[in-house]
Amino acid sequence: MLTGRFSRIAGLLLGLVVVALAFAASVMLGSTKIAPPTFAQALLHYDPSRVAHIIILKERLPRAVIAALVGASLAMAGVLMQTVTRNPLASPSILGINAGAMFFVVIAVSLLPLHTPAQYVWAALLGALVAAGLVVALSRGRQGELSSLRVVLAGVAITAMFVSFSQGLLIIDQQSFESVLYWLAGSVSGRELSLVVPLLPFFASALVLCVLLVRHANALLLDDDMVKGLGMPASAIKLLLGLAVILLAGSSVALAGMIGFVGLIVPHMARGLFGVDHRWLLPACALLGASLLLLADVASRFLMAPQDVPVGVMTALIGTPFFIYLARRTQA
Amino acid sequence: MTHAAFLTSSGNTSDDADRARYRRVTTLLGLLLLASMTLSLSLGSFPTSIDQVVHALVAPQNSDIAFIVWELRLPRILLAVLVGAALAIAGAILQGIVRNPLASPDVIGITSGAAMAAVVFLALFTTSLSIHWLPAAALLGALLSALLVFLLAWRHGITPTRMVLVGIGLSAAMSAVTTLVIVISDDSSAMVAYVWLTGSLYAAQWQDVLGIMPWLLVAVPLCLTQARQMDAMALGDQVAQGLGVNVLRSRLLLMACSVALAGAAVAFAGGLSFVGLIAPHIAARLVGRSFTRLAPIAGLVGALIVLYADLLGRVAFLPKDLPAGIFVSGVGAPFFVYLLHRTRADTRG
Repeated sequence: MLTGRFSRIAGLLLGLVVVALAFAASVMLGSTKIAPPTFAQALLHYDPSRVAHIIILKERLPRAVIAALVGASLAMAGVLMQTVTRNPLASPSILGINAGAMFFVVIAVSLLPLHTPAQYVWAALLGALVAAGLVVALSRGRQGELSSLRVVLAGVAITAMFVSFSQGLLIIDQQSFESVLYWLAGSVSGRELSLVVPLLPFFASALVLCVLLVRHANALLLDDDMVKGLGMPASAIKLLLGLAVILLAGSSVALAGMIGFVGLIVPHMARGLFGVDHRWLLPACALLGASLLLLADVASRFLMAPQDVPVGVMTALIGTPFFIYLARRTQA
Repeated sequence: MTHAAFLTSSGNTSDDADRARYRRVTTLLGLLLLASMTLSLSLGSFPTSIDQVVHALVAPQNSDIAFIVWELRLPRILLAVLVGAALAIAGAILQGIVRNPLASPDVIGITSGAAMAAVVFLALFTTSLSIHWLPAAALLGALLSALLVFLLAWRHGITPTRMVLVGIGLSAAMSAVTTLVIVISDDSSAMVAYVWLTGSLYAAQWQDVLGIMPWLLVAVPLCLTQARQMDAMALGDQVAQGLGVNVLRSRLLLMACSVALAGAAVAFAGGLSFVGLIAPHIAARLVGRSFTRLAPIAGLVGALIVLYADLLGRVAFLPKDLPAGIFVSGVGAPFFVYLLHRTRADTRG
């Protein structure tokens, strides 16, 4: 673990370098290889008559930007959820937040005339909110405490509910099959950069919430009575951090569908490197999450080439062994 | 009824009252099931009266109606009943073992394992093998994934919590593979796979009914022999050991029953979620949590749920024949949320 302030700053800088390298790999690798000079050229002197330039600007660059953004957001949402629920297995996918957002997006796409992420991001946020509310309401024990197994089981039930609703909708309305499949699988390809821009305010406001509440998040590492003893309202902190989770996870789902396990694995990796202080943990999660999803996306292009594997499938396959490792460690 | 109450209540008047109540509930549900099956036999895209149906049942002649009743509707209805009962009893066992009302056969990887095997079969083997092998493939997937969950959760013995968590993790990976196969296969076989995943009894035949029968005939009596041990384990492992229960052996036996029941049901009807989750709850409200009574009642309730879900799918949206799974989760999921809210006070975390 990195302890001193200096080594932690060095660690974060190194993380930044890894993100930059993964980003470059994501732009350059694939069925068409792009040389670094071509990449620079395409950015500086875009020439629409050259195929390589079109691939870079229309396909690779948006894909890399979305992967980095979504990866960072899901990882931050994951660490906040683990702090708020005090449960090492919490993450947006395990607790049904992603599934709720997805179901509402599917409704918006198939039943309402909403077709771009900017239009249905509200549906995604609403779905994330509903799912989060349900999980919290269902998993509270008698004294209002959140038990670890109960939270996870409630999340699984909520996920099953929303996924089977989506499947039902899909079978009734077969026309929307393609688009729904896309949400279920989770993918960062085939989106344009212009779709990302309207979602930036949502990511930005979540980021502001994180920055403002970082010390309060640290207080939650103590138990609720001690938090109150410090003069902080524990439930208000949890509520606001929950809002940040919903903003991050909901906008991510609106952009890329259901991508699981990033929010679960990355916080544990980051905690192992930077400790539990959220001032270091949150940026570390953002960097590691971005690089993980970028690299998973690059790998997904080669796993079954020439076919693209949805990146959500990749993260699930990478994440499962880790989840099982964590589950085996729980004392119960 | 609390857990402690039923162990100490043998032989007194409240037990007699419980028994009478159990008998009453069983008779009522049994009659309701028979009536519902008859009703379901007479409804469908081809209109038939109850008279004609009864006539075709007792004295089958070479008529259209006899064919519809005997070859199209009856096997489908029987399969619905058997699948519903199997899922419900599997759920009752699992909730008892895990000591948590939120557990269901889905969480230990049975459903997702069967789904993965079925989807892989549909995508890769339908050209070389007959579709009749689909249940066998799904069953194999269910059993293998349950075994894998067990092995991965094993660490100096097995605890329910660890098993559930491992099962959830493994389910996620298997669902990912399922999605992957659906995405890379062509649209028509993807749709078939999707209908299967949702859970459907479409085109059920007598051989399906005969295929699922042996699993129920073996697993249901076997799990009932462990009813006393199950009730003791509800009080905690240490108490059960104190009462002379071999906890590990009983748990393994019960797990095997649950896997066999859920695996067989999923193999023949696809992923009908929520039956195994809600039927035991309803049964517990009716007759309490003593397993000898809970299991049969849960079975009847589960049978009724799937029977009506399939009936709705068959007749409510004619000429479309919608998968029963849509209605099971459409009604089951909100009901589950409601139940959970109500029962949360008397369950332990």
